[in-house]
Amino acid sequence: MSSVLYDTAGPRTQARHRMYSVIAWVALLAAAGVVIWRMYDTGQFEYELWEPFVTPVYMQVILEGLWDTLQMAFLSIIFAVIFGLIFGVGKLSDHAWVRWPCWVVVEFFRAVPVLLLMVFIFFTYGVGDGFGSYWSVVIALTLYNGSVLAEVFRAGINAVPKGQSEAAYAIGMRKTQVMTIVLLPQAVKIMLPAIISQMVVALKDTSLGYYILAPGLTFVGKQLYGEFSNQFQTVIVIAAIYILANLILTWVATWVQRRFVGEKRIELQSITGTAESGASQGTAF
Amino acid sequence: MDNVMSNFDLVLKAFGLTIQLLVLSGIASLVLGTVLGAMRVGPVAVLAKFAAAYVTIVRNTPLLIVFVFVFIAAPELGWFVGTPFVVKGVVALTLYTSAFVCEAVRSGVNSVSLGQAEASRAIGLTFGQSMQLVVLPQAFRAVVPPLASVLIALAKNTSVAAAFGLMEATARMRYFTNNNADARPEIFITFAIGYIIIVEVMSAGAITLERRWRVAR
Repeated sequence: MSSVLYDTAGPRTQARHRMYSVIAWVALLAAAGVVIWRMYDTGQFEYELWEPFVTPVYMQVILEGLWDTLQMAFLSIIFAVIFGLIFGVGKLSDHAWVRWPCWVVVEFFRAVPVLLLMVFIFFTYGVGDGFGSYWSVVIALTLYNGSVLAEVFRAGINAVPKGQSEAAYAIGMRKTQVMTIVLLPQAVKIMLPAIISQMVVALKDTSLGYYILAPGLTFVGKQLYGEFSNQFQTVIVIAAIYILANLILTWVATWVQRRFVGEKRIELQSITGTAESGASQGTAF
Repeated sequence: MDNVMSNFDLVLKAFGLTIQLLVLSGIASLVLGTVLGAMRVGPVAVLAKFAAAYVTIVRNTPLLIVFVFVFIAAPELGWFVGTPFVVKGVVALTLYTSAFVCEAVRSGVNSVSLGQAEASRAIGLTFGQSMQLVVLPQAFRAVVPPLASVLIALAKNTSVAAAFGLMEATARMRYFTNNNADARPEIFITFAIGYIIIVEVMSAGAITLERRWRVAR
């Protein structure tokens, strides 16, 4: 392997790298061995601990949990897009009395932990006769992801070349027309991968509903290990489902980017190899 | 609300725990994340693959599941039995955040333009010299903004510890809202302002560092 940073390795360097590889392999295998030995030692391979995950009844329960999780993520991202559009455009308003409240709202919900928001919404409006934990999760995730998306939309609208709005004004469009006919369609197209990346964040954050006993995959997991006391196995299975769902979403984001946005980004050749696709790299926390 | 004001020391104590979690897991994940980032860009293929796999797995797992793993599943294997909750919280936050630190470090190293490395090779610097004198100083500066947003996300993520018996700010808010039904919005705003102060201080610090270390490109 030749790189800009160093010459192609000679025989001695190659031997050294091989030695590093061997040491790394030994270390990783030893670590894996310790984990497997611990699992064996504490009886984690017992069939009955894994049995619920191949029993149709419980598989259905898990799938229903997954369905709840996907629904919550999907609903909150739909509402978040609407919220983000309103407040993102609001932050670009010419009127200070629109711009400032929008700025305050967006900054507030971006800086507050989503769990704090969720706890407040649930215990103030959700419990008892309120709308319950399901909608508390959806509302909290809408407010948080909507504020993040508002920033994304604002940046997206600003990223549309200035000539576009100037040309639109020149042919006599009004401000609303410029925004809805010229700027937004182009901005949304640019922002589509970011919106789907935000879905990964929303999907992960639905698990916070655990704290307010909202339905979903994590809650199902809690019920399963409560029933079978197979904590370790449940966490492995539930985590695998989350990871799979998120990888599929990331893959969709990359596909959408290729299909609808095109490879417009300049492919910078980096020092350590080619850059990865941008869609999966967004600020996904 | 009077109840909260007269118990304001409890609020401060809760934020003290939040900041303790933030600082400890921040330092630990900077160290672990940098090690992972070095593995990721280094020449040993096994380690690069391991770091990439770690990042993919952890980044796509909800933080709450990482907490469940450390607090509930790991004791089944005989790990973290009887460990203080704060330590377990720091471990969970570190495992999660170091994946993001690794990505930030990697993108920082990648952001140094190719010409810089080529030029340093052309004037005859060795690998060590070009890394030390040319690439890393620039990578270090480029890494400040993404690392700052990772650490700000960590500050907000400490709230997940509330679900696992740690009396930090979010858990304390829940305690107060349970006992003072009439003043819930005020209590929420009080705690939200606490978090906003932490986040704003961090982002102001990041902007200052960025300005001080900025290089002309």
